[in-house]
Amino acid sequence: MTGLAMPKPDSETMRRRDDIVADLARIVPGEGVVDAVNEMRAFESDGLTAYRQLPLVVVLPETVAQVSSILKYCNDRNIRVVPRGSGTSLSGGALPLEDAVLLVMSRFNRIIEIDFPNRCVVAQPGVTNLGISVAVQDEGFYYAPDPSSQIACSIGGNVAENSGGVHCLKYGLTANNVLGIEMVLMDGEVIRLGGKHLDSGGYDLLGVMNGSEGLLGVVTEVTVRILKKPDTARALLIGFPTSEQGGQCVADIIGAGIIPGGMEMMDRPAIKAAEDFLHAGYPLDVEALLIVELDGPKVEVDHLIDLVEKIAHRNGQTTCRISTSEEERLAFWAGRKAAFPAVGRISPDYYCMDGTIPRKELPKVLAGMRELSEQYGLAVANVFHAGDGNLHPLILYDANKPGELDKAEAFGADILRLCVKVGGVLTGEHGVGVEKRDLMGEMFNQIDLDQQMRVKCAFDPNHLLNPGKVFPQLRRCAELGRMHVSGGKLPFPSIPRF
Amino acid sequence: MTTFLPFTAADVASAVEWVLSEEAPVEILGHGSKRGIGRPAQYEHAIDLSAMSGVTLYEPEELVLSAKAGTPIADIEHLLAQNSQQLAFEPMDCSRLLGHDTRGGKGGTIGGAISTNLSGPRRLKAGAARDHILGVTVVSGRGETFKSGGRVVKNVTGYDLSKLMTGAWGTLGVLTDLTVKVLPAAETETTLAIRGLDDETATAAMALAMGSSAEVSGAAHLPYGVTERVASDLRGADAATLLRVEGFGPSVASRVETLKTLLANAGRIEELTDRGSRELWREVRDCTPFADGTARPVWRVSMTPSEAHKMVLALRMEAGADAFYDWQGGLVWLRMEGEPEADLVRRLVRQFGGGHATLVRASSAWRAAVPVFEPQPAALAALSARLKAEFDPKNILNPGRLAAGVDSATLAQATEEKTS
Ligand SMILES: Cc1cc2nc3c(=O)[nH]c(=O)nc-3n(C[C@H](O)[C@H](O)[C@H](O)COP(=O)(O)OP(=O)(O)OC[C@H]3O[C@@H](n4cnc5c(N)ncnc54)[C@H](O)[C@@H]3O)c2cc1C
Repeated sequence: MTGLAMPKPDSETMRRRDDIVADLARIVPGEGVVDAVNEMRAFESDGLTAYRQLPLVVVLPETVAQVSSILKYCNDRNIRVVPRGSGTSLSGGALPLEDAVLLVMSRFNRIIEIDFPNRCVVAQPGVTNLGISVAVQDEGFYYAPDPSSQIACSIGGNVAENSGGVHCLKYGLTANNVLGIEMVLMDGEVIRLGGKHLDSGGYDLLGVMNGSEGLLGVVTEVTVRILKKPDTARALLIGFPTSEQGGQCVADIIGAGIIPGGMEMMDRPAIKAAEDFLHAGYPLDVEALLIVELDGPKVEVDHLIDLVEKIAHRNGQTTCRISTSEEERLAFWAGRKAAFPAVGRISPDYYCMDGTIPRKELPKVLAGMRELSEQYGLAVANVFHAGDGNLHPLILYDANKPGELDKAEAFGADILRLCVKVGGVLTGEHGVGVEKRDLMGEMFNQIDLDQQMRVKCAFDPNHLLNPGKVFPQLRRCAELGRMHVSGGKLPFPSIPRF
Repeated sequence: MTTFLPFTAADVASAVEWVLSEEAPVEILGHGSKRGIGRPAQYEHAIDLSAMSGVTLYEPEELVLSAKAGTPIADIEHLLAQNSQQLAFEPMDCSRLLGHDTRGGKGGTIGGAISTNLSGPRRLKAGAARDHILGVTVVSGRGETFKSGGRVVKNVTGYDLSKLMTGAWGTLGVLTDLTVKVLPAAETETTLAIRGLDDETATAAMALAMGSSAEVSGAAHLPYGVTERVASDLRGADAATLLRVEGFGPSVASRVETLKTLLANAGRIEELTDRGSRELWREVRDCTPFADGTARPVWRVSMTPSEAHKMVLALRMEAGADAFYDWQGGLVWLRMEGEPEADLVRRLVRQFGGGHATLVRASSAWRAAVPVFEPQPAALAALSARLKAEFDPKNILNPGRLAAGVDSATLAQATEEKTS
């Protein structure tokens, strides 16, 4: 990936930069345009910090009309646009392009409406994920999807990435919690999908927009479902001598009809890093540590805690603690929540992967990872959304050592290939972006990819919105539209017809 | 007229290829249980998927099931029940409402359930069919076989074409195989029926219940008289506001108490448990109160829950209509006394917060005369038409069924407007 090929900058656009800056300043007066190099530095990368690129110019609109004008202006002049929310993407989705306008949505930071009877919040896309929960917490409500980046990431970015979090096993991903959006197409048209009602009429374009990584349109308003907070939550902290036992315990919990509010697993290196960092009281003599959180009415939680404890026992747990207070529950989580910084402390750099696998393949994948780790000479620590099979291997490396970044990336790519091989996917929640773009062929053949690109053609036929992301190779829409119809003979005479 | 009865995905692809070379419209169908929904259209050929049947993968502990598109929903539900699991979106069985004779009483195929996205009462809490689809294999109107998604519950690799296919009514491609997320079925369930509330009070009661931590998994309101048209344990004609609580025994008991306390002043409360509760919700799901053997127009309207009853009140000032509510009041089933009154219904829906109205039952003359599905604003309609053209450029798959709006003619118009 280090040799990442991005679309060739358009020389005509580069040449007209001054005019473009001036025109944008007319559309967004005041502080809305940033073109000084030192100020643009703040935007040169997102959460995938290995990649940096200064944009052509940064524009920060405040109104939907401005977004529409900017996009129409760029569309008419063939200028590329990269949308950006808070810039926490871990896949380089918001990585600028040299010849593209970086459209930053952070000034869209107002909550427009809180509607308790209909249990929804209407927010501008720049509102942070946590900001929504905070706005409704006094009434005992919250917004369920909770990426670890929730204090920073924007709800618009969440839609673009279809983000998840530890509570997604029970409460769903972003796509399952967004009721409606307003968005602007590349030609400046403003459309609304869904609203406070359920299911948008017509094709499920809302479903397609979730996880579209800024390639189809710019989200300018989001309506989300809010939920009443559960009465109680308690957690179990369970250690196992092998990852197989941990994995089987997870399978048995789900097999017993229990969908926990959260179910997270860590492997030995991750446990050790977290414990050294926080002294959360994690056991150091286990291969797999499972946190199972149950939430709901108190009687339900107590009932399920008993069941889960029995299941853990049957699967040979060597340590099982059950939280008896809110402090203790939070202490169980503290180590898991700090797993990334904890790993960051023991290694100069780490690279976070995001494959999903069928859960039963966990032991095989962990073993494969250990082999790869030896082969590449780089350590790896694993945190794992165990309930839904979403793995986050953290590859430890040192960017200052020549060649180590390349090695880490090659290691990461091999892990993802392994995930796909056992029936999994390249990314569970972080998106394809530029990071996994060139691996798309591992999962999809050309026909699959072409059909996805045709969706892009319906939204943005000139490939101006966030090009260079998601698709390994962009094909012209005219070329994609061509049809090769074979002769007029009835096929397969064996198919019954009448 | 050629009807193809394919057995494999490859058969489907070659059938589509042939239809393509004929440039003739083809109807895509499973059991045909929802055939009466949509604009009536003349199809020269048909692809009948009912022979493509069978569950190809089921791993209860991974919460995943794959099946061929023509697999009967009944078979899938039976298999899941053996493992105490279910399709949590409660797919609707339209056969009684539409009076269709479906093969062997099987209420449709999984392909049909996904293609129409008609989800039942639990949609409110657990999501729609589109929230449970994980992966699909599709033959597009280009005759090409593509796949999207996978077999794991968490996946953001590429555009979510599985969701796009869900609710597309077979107009973008022919589903041949699909993978859905399945969930544990509740150990037990109880339904509280609050009797005698008017629509407005019932809406408030449902909002209160849904806004509590009782995790209500169904909230419906059967107004006065409608109650008599469900064959359930509800006695008398008084309105019944229904709140369903599902889960583990002790939890259900405790949440039922929470709700009773919360709604103590609302009215007389009756309790239905297990079987009685299940049957009642099946009737709500399948719109049984309006399954009267007639072709009187029936609307399915999705709106903001707090606004829907106002729309109904306003409608009744101008036309005779019977109504009941699901989804916390936000799903309105309307049975019109006379004509469909499409313009009136849709104008009122817009006036009361917006949403969409589908004419699920009407004579074919009416379905030809008024848009069955909610017409879209120009920019959105043009986008939908462009999308249709990207999947089905020759407009051969169920053309005109969704709307006159999503076919090549409108597309040409939309493109013309753009270029002029
Ligand atoms: C420490 C850390 C922890 C994280 N934990 C999680 C986690 O637990 N789960 C998870 O899912 N993710 C996680 N992430 C990833 C990231 O936070 C999410 O992907 C988030 O949704 C990105 O939001 P953002 O506002 O920062 O978007 P950006 O990074 O600014 O943009 C992301 C993508 O969305 C597009 N985009 C942004 N705004 C819009 C808009 N208004 N309209 C159209 N397109 C838009 C961009 O073009 C880009 O492709 C984590 C990241 C970090 C740094």
